[in-house]
Formats: sequence, C-alpha cells, structure tokens
Amino acid sequence: MPIGDMLLRSVDDAQINTVFPKTFEEYNKWDREKDELPPEEVYRTLFEELATGEKIAIGRALTRMNYSKSGWKSLIKKTSREIKKMTRKGLVPESYKTTLIEINKDWGDPTFWYSMAQMVNKQTSIYYWNAIDRTFDQDQNVIMQDEKRRIYVQTWFKTLKVSVYVTFFCLILGFPVAHLLANLPLRYSNLLMIFVLLPFWTSLLVRTTAWIVMLQQKGVINGVLVWLGILSDDGRLQMVYNETGTLIAMTQILLPFMILPLYSVMKVIPKSHMRAAQNLGAKPAMAFWRVYLPQTIPGMSAGGLLVFVLAIGYFITPELVGGKDGKLIGSWIAFHLKTTLNWGLCAALGAILLAVMLVFYWLYNKIVGIDNIKLG
Amino acid sequence: MALPSYASPVQKTYYYFYLFFCGVVFFFLVAPLFAIVPISFSVSPFMVFTDGMLAWPPDPEAWSLRWYRNMIGDCSADVVSSTVPCSNKWMIGTVNSFFIGIVATVIATALGTLAALGLSRPHMPFKGLIMAILISPMIVPLIITAAGMFFFYARINLVYTFTGVILAHVALATPFVVITVTATLVGFDMNMVKAAQSLGARPVKTFFRVIMPLILPGIISGALFAFITSFDEVVIVMFMASLDQLTIPKQMWAGIRQEISPVILCMATCLVALSIFLLTTVELLRRRSERLRGIKPR
Repeated sequence: MPIGDMLLRSVDDAQINTVFPKTFEEYNKWDREKDELPPEEVYRTLFEELATGEKIAIGRALTRMNYSKSGWKSLIKKTSREIKKMTRKGLVPESYKTTLIEINKDWGDPTFWYSMAQMVNKQTSIYYWNAIDRTFDQDQNVIMQDEKRRIYVQTWFKTLKVSVYVTFFCLILGFPVAHLLANLPLRYSNLLMIFVLLPFWTSLLVRTTAWIVMLQQKGVINGVLVWLGILSDDGRLQMVYNETGTLIAMTQILLPFMILPLYSVMKVIPKSHMRAAQNLGAKPAMAFWRVYLPQTIPGMSAGGLLVFVLAIGYFITPELVGGKDGKLIGSWIAFHLKTTLNWGLCAALGAILLAVMLVFYWLYNKIVGIDNIKLG
Repeated sequence: MALPSYASPVQKTYYYFYLFFCGVVFFFLVAPLFAIVPISFSVSPFMVFTDGMLAWPPDPEAWSLRWYRNMIGDCSADVVSSTVPCSNKWMIGTVNSFFIGIVATVIATALGTLAALGLSRPHMPFKGLIMAILISPMIVPLIITAAGMFFFYARINLVYTFTGVILAHVALATPFVVITVTATLVGFDMNMVKAAQSLGARPVKTFFRVIMPLILPGIISGALFAFITSFDEVVIVMFMASLDQLTIPKQMWAGIRQEISPVILCMATCLVALSIFLLTTVELLRRRSERLRGIKPR
C-alpha cells in the first residue's frame, strides 16, 4: 500500500491544478501558432487566482513550477505582492495583460508560458525523465539536462558498479568459508558459525562506525601498516570517505548474506560425489570444477542476488563512509525526501529502483524460490 | 575434512592456503567489532589507539570510564571535553529505542505467528502470493519502503509520531517472525490439533495449550529477530520521527556525521554485548527446538 502510494506520487501533478484550475482551462484555448503571448483571459484568471488563492497552496505550487523552469518562483512571488497591494487599494486593472507585464516584464516572455504546458495535465512523466537526467523543452520534447545538472545517470551507474563489485567480493570471500563451514564436523562449524552470525546480529551503525575507526588516517589499519614499516608515517592511505571505504565496509556487512545461503546449499551436497569423481580419474581441480561447482549454483545465485539487491538500495553505509563522491542512489532519494522536499522526483527514483529490484527478485524466484531464504 | 595421508605437496599447499584464506575472512568479519572495544575505554577524545594505550606495561592514565559516564548523562568536570558535548540524549535514546522495539516486537510477533499458522495449512489459497507480499519488506530496499511509508503516512497524519514509527517497524519486523515460525512448523504434527479438538478444546484453547508450547522456540527467536530489526533501524526513524524523538541508532548516526566522539564507541560496545547475548539465546533456542523435533545434529 505505501509503495502503491509512492508510485502514484511519482506521476502525480494534481496539486498545481487545484491552485490554478481556471487559468489552465483558459491556457488550453491559447493557439500558439496565432498569438505570441496567451490571450487576455489567461492573464485575467491568473490574476484572480493569485489574488484569492491560499498562500500555502500557492507556495507548494510554486515549488513545482520551479522544477519546470527556474525563475517561476520569484516571478509569481513578486507579482502576488503587487496584486495584493492593488486589491487592497480596490484597483481593478483595465487590461490584465499590460498590468502584469508592467509589474514584471517576464510575463511578456513566452518561454515562461511555454513551460506552463508541462503543468496542465494531472499526470506527468517529468519526474521519471528528471531521474535519468532528461527534461522537456518548450515543445514537450525530451532533451538532456544542462551539463552541470546531470547527476543521476552517473549515480545509477556508480550504484550498479558498487553493487556488482560488492557481490563479486562477497562471492570470492564467502565461497571458501561456506565450504569450510559445510564440511567441518558440527562441533567446530557451530563455533565458527558464530563468527558469521555475530556481525549479522550486530547493529549496522556499529559496524559502520567500526569501519570508520579501522580505516581512517590515524586508524587501526594505517597504524598497523606504519608500525610494520610498510607505510611511512606521512604516506598513510586515504581509505575512508571514498569509494574504497564503501566497498570494504559494504563487503563485510553483506558477507553473511552470501555465506548463509551458500552454506545451506553446500551442507546437503554429499561428500561422496567428489570422491566418486576422483575415483573415476578426475584430478581434484577437475572434480571440483565439473562436479562440485555446478551443484552450488543455486546457493551462489541466491547469495549473489540477495547481496546485489541489498547493495543496490544501500544508503546508510555509503552515506557515512562514502564521503562526497561515494553517494549512491539511495542517498539521493533520502536527500530529496528530507532536504529539497521534491517528493515527485524522490518517488520516481524510488520507483525505478523498485523496478530494477523486481526484475532481480523475479529472477531469484525463478532460480531458487522465495521460500528458500534462511536466517542461519 | 582433514587432508588424506596420501596428499601430494601441491595439495597440501593448496589446503593450507585455503585454511589461511578462511582464517583471514573470519578475521575480516569480526575484527572491526572488537577493535572498537578498547578504544571506548580511552581517555583521549579521539577515536584512536593512543600511545599510552599501546605502551607496555599498561599505562593506567590512558584508560578510563570517562566516555561511559558521559554516555549515561554524567557531566562532571572530569568527564566533559571541549570537543565532546555532554547531555542525556543517549539515555533518552535508549529508553525510546527499547520502548519502540518492545511494542513493535509484541505486535509483530502476534501478527507474524498468526500469519505463519495460516500459511502452513495445506489448503491455504494464494499461498505463494501472500508469502511474497509478507516478506517483501525484507527484500525491497529499506530506503524504498521508508519513502513509500513516509508518503503514505503523510496522508494519514502519522508522520512524526511514535505510533507511525512503531507501525512501520511492525511492517519491517513481521517477515522475520513469519519465516522463523514457518520453519518451526515444518516439523509440527497437525494431528495434534485434530486430537485436541476432538477432545473438546476450542480453537483458542488448542492454540495456547497445544500449538504454542511446541512452537515457542520458533516464536521467541522470531521475536528476537523482530526486536533487533526494530532496535537497529535508522532509516525509517530518520524520516518518520520528529527531531526530539531520539533513538540509539539515530543518535549514533548524528554522532558519526557531526562530532566523532568516543561516546559513540561506548554505545557501540554495549550494542555488541547485546548482540552477543541475543545470538547466544537464539542459538540455544534453535538447538532446543531441533532436539524437541527429533532432528539429530549431523
């Protein structure tokens, strides 16, 4: 239910329509081929709606208008003030059009009026286009954003890259450990399992803090390296507040999600298979490659997808450890939700992320089935 | 899985390398958690090992409980430092965290157990679909769930209230209960329900006297999962709670972003201790449940 609401938000554009209903009605009658500027009626309705409208509602609509073209906000604010002054004095303008253009010459600028076309409909796809760095031009064509405002495509790719790396590292590190755990006698493996489960149970923030302590310039790892003489005292590595730190911390945090599914799959592979293969003349490497590895594929795909899907939506660790250039898409969603209050864009980013997730989720279900999630 | 006696030197090298590699990974998993413990007892206001702490013999001057006293709101002269603010925020956060965690756990456990009971019936319609919806909060990234909930709660005026935070946590924590209880029900003999009912017990009585005692280990470990989920949750709290509704994770988040102080490490040490305690409990319960169900450890 909340997610459905979010999807609605991402295309919702009704609020502005409740503020300027008549203006938009008149606006639609404007024939752009014939007149350079909208007819007198549009100016009149806009004037009236600004004079009578609720201040809070107009304020919200302004924010929305500014997404389409920057400059709307100050234009309307200035105009509103003048209109208020006039109505208080009881003045009724003869020509609304000339009065408004007198108040601010921007009302004579057709580009402002063109951009209004984006707001007339109750639904909009602008947020989705914004989420991949596109925007509309005055004729409703999709174009690229300004060079300096293109951030999202880059962030999407970075998010994917980090997720792929984290999944890969988790697989490399997790596979031998899961193999060891699955093949040791239960007494030892239960003991070692605690090493896997303890981080799993510990607060995410604790682990993130711990990594900051470990990786910072005066931190534990740099300290040990300097002490061992590998690094000089002023050659300390910058490992935190960049992508390296994000990768290291996320790999450690998500590693249990790789080990646990792998473990539960490896646990049920009979040990006799490897022996039988070797008995039939396969070298150990060959036996592993041809007999053991194919049987672990369900575990690898389950763990891989779980880690990938968790990594792609990760927010806390990249935000704290990643520094300025480590921001992933989750950080932007939070940023628009909390700081800029651009909820439409926030919802659109979320919806795209959700769509990506659902594809992977569907794959996951196809390969292993959702009932196979185990918590150790 | 010891090496056979006929192993070649190459195989031996591989084997020892493999063991060494696993050891490194285990170290990688837990080392960060234990590295923070000694630092939390430091005198220094920075999160580092000071020279005094590493000296041998140990220098008692370098160690103190200073930051722990700061954490519990003791702001005496020898505790405060110019870089580390002192307030009772940590304690307010602790109380709130436990309150939200416990209420959310109770609701989530009740709902999750009922859902698991219903889903484990053989003739339940739309079983796969319901299961998928129920466990979706576990799979969907938290940030999406949080954003969706924020929009939805904004419409029904639940944003910035404890009720909103608790309800959101219930939604997050229920899947864990469903999964653990479903796992326990796998070995449950449904004939016992029939037997109880044929002897005249009403459904409610059957549940409390027959089903619940048998699946209790599953319910408790599910409840512990639910508790830790809620207790550890920061994204939803950040969006949904007002500024003065502090919890431990929120306070830690703020601490890491603004002033990096050893007080965070004190709280982190406490949380590590808590997680060790919870892990032990769950592990013991799991063994007990396996013993009860007659699954012998292989």
